Amino acid sequence: MATQDTTPIITVDHVSMRFNLAKEKQESLKEYFVALTHGGVRFDEFFALSDVSFAIMPGDFYGLIGLNGSGKSTLLKIISGVYKPSAGKVTVRGTIAPLIELGAGFDMDLTARENIYLNGTVLGYTPKYITSKFDEIVAFSELEEFLDVPLKNYSSGMVARLAFAVATMTKPDILIADEILSVGDFLFQQKCEARMAELMSGGTTVILVSHSIEQIERMCNKVAWLDHGHLRRNGLTADITPEYRHFDKTESIPADKPE
Amino acid sequence: MQTIKNNLQAFWRYRYLLQNLITRDFKLKYRRSALGVAWSVLNPLLTCLVMVAVFGSLFNSRGNGIENFAVFLIIGQLMFNFFREGTSMAMESVLKNAPLLRKIYIPKYIFPVEKVCFALVNCLFSMLALAIVMLVTWTPIAPTFLLSVYPLAMLAVFSLGVGLLLSSWYVFFRDVMHMWEVFCTLLAYGSAIFYDPSQMTGMVQTIIRINPLYWYITSLRSCLLWGDGLTPNMLLIDFLCAAISLLVGLWAFRKNQDKFVLYM
Repeated sequence: MATQDTTPIITVDHVSMRFNLAKEKQESLKEYFVALTHGGVRFDEFFALSDVSFAIMPGDFYGLIGLNGSGKSTLLKIISGVYKPSAGKVTVRGTIAPLIELGAGFDMDLTARENIYLNGTVLGYTPKYITSKFDEIVAFSELEEFLDVPLKNYSSGMVARLAFAVATMTKPDILIADEILSVGDFLFQQKCEARMAELMSGGTTVILVSHSIEQIERMCNKVAWLDHGHLRRNGLTADITPEYRHFDKTESIPADKPE
Repeated sequence: MQTIKNNLQAFWRYRYLLQNLITRDFKLKYRRSALGVAWSVLNPLLTCLVMVAVFGSLFNSRGNGIENFAVFLIIGQLMFNFFREGTSMAMESVLKNAPLLRKIYIPKYIFPVEKVCFALVNCLFSMLALAIVMLVTWTPIAPTFLLSVYPLAMLAVFSLGVGLLLSSWYVFFRDVMHMWEVFCTLLAYGSAIFYDPSQMTGMVQTIIRINPLYWYITSLRSCLLWGDGLTPNMLLIDFLCAAISLLVGLWAFRKNQDKFVLYM
């Protein structure tokens, strides 16, 4: 019988994701019928993920590594429920705070104050809860003087700070971070890392995508290495990153195409 | 049964988001306008004035036989604008929120629902304009005015169904927007907004009578203007059109929603 601690918090079970390339995407009826008369609607498909399986345990700081286009973001989106996988299944136990591209839920015409509430409710918090955390968010993002300025007048670093503060206002069970730490100055990056470490000590599981191997080695205890949609290796960070460092493009496994 | 319960629970969890989105739309609509929310009342009032002037004096034909033409007109206009605004905004809502939907999971139907709610709120504000017109024309208020909730609510459900259907098509084919615009113009002439269908010939009358909007508008007129309340026909047709529209809309939306994100 498995105990609570050995039950994975996220199970990725034989997940595949198949995409149509945008080349021949029909956006109007006319284009669609034109394509039909020219020998049918063409689908140029490929697998962004092929049969990926692994499990993430509660309390893990899991790093996703791989070259550009290896399927890291696709996997994050499947875990957070944005994409439905073409095959396979992802099981998630707990709440997810997605930090995929900061500020996704922001409306640039609204002020920071209004956006804190809007984005907070996008993430599923109640207005009452947001009010109770409001000062904390403002303090963390260091935007006290700009609270009533529309976001379109903010610098990208300011937007990132606000978004990070909103997304981490609570202790989620799972925090998903897609290269967020590459924005902002080094002081803010340190602050974010400290906040993530704090969340982890409270039991939050973190999944981090980063191109900085130093950052992965510093923060993650486990790593999954994706290569053109294939899970190349996964396990303890120290076992994998040395090999990844010496990885050559010619050794890469090509992406699967349907017959 | 279980899925319905789960869906309702998920919807309840996102009620604050719905509320915040409506507030946002409202704020942005009137930001940087001197009169602000007053436009919600002024706009239908002024449009009504223009139409009364045009149909009442210039053409001087259709408006003639109708008692209390100003109130008759503004009711039709409010209901039709609610429908057009709600469905058009709902149609674009899913695609417009693509940046968000590509990154965070939120139930996608929340956007069409929000737009119809926003249109309803606008429509309720515009009711003030109706009240003003009724006051100015000394229209007696019949106790049946309480029943006007029914056609309004049913029209909201009807619009939601149409909006869900349109928004799921619109993700795949942008042509839908242009077709819908033209169709709405046609529908505006076929909804008995500024004429009484009994003045029309048989054939035209039949066409108007199969238009659901005609029934919603007439139901509201019956409650507010004529004081006759709702006939069994009105009760039934208003309800059936709303129910069918909602079922078809939900079915189309559910069937396609997992594919949306791949086409945005």
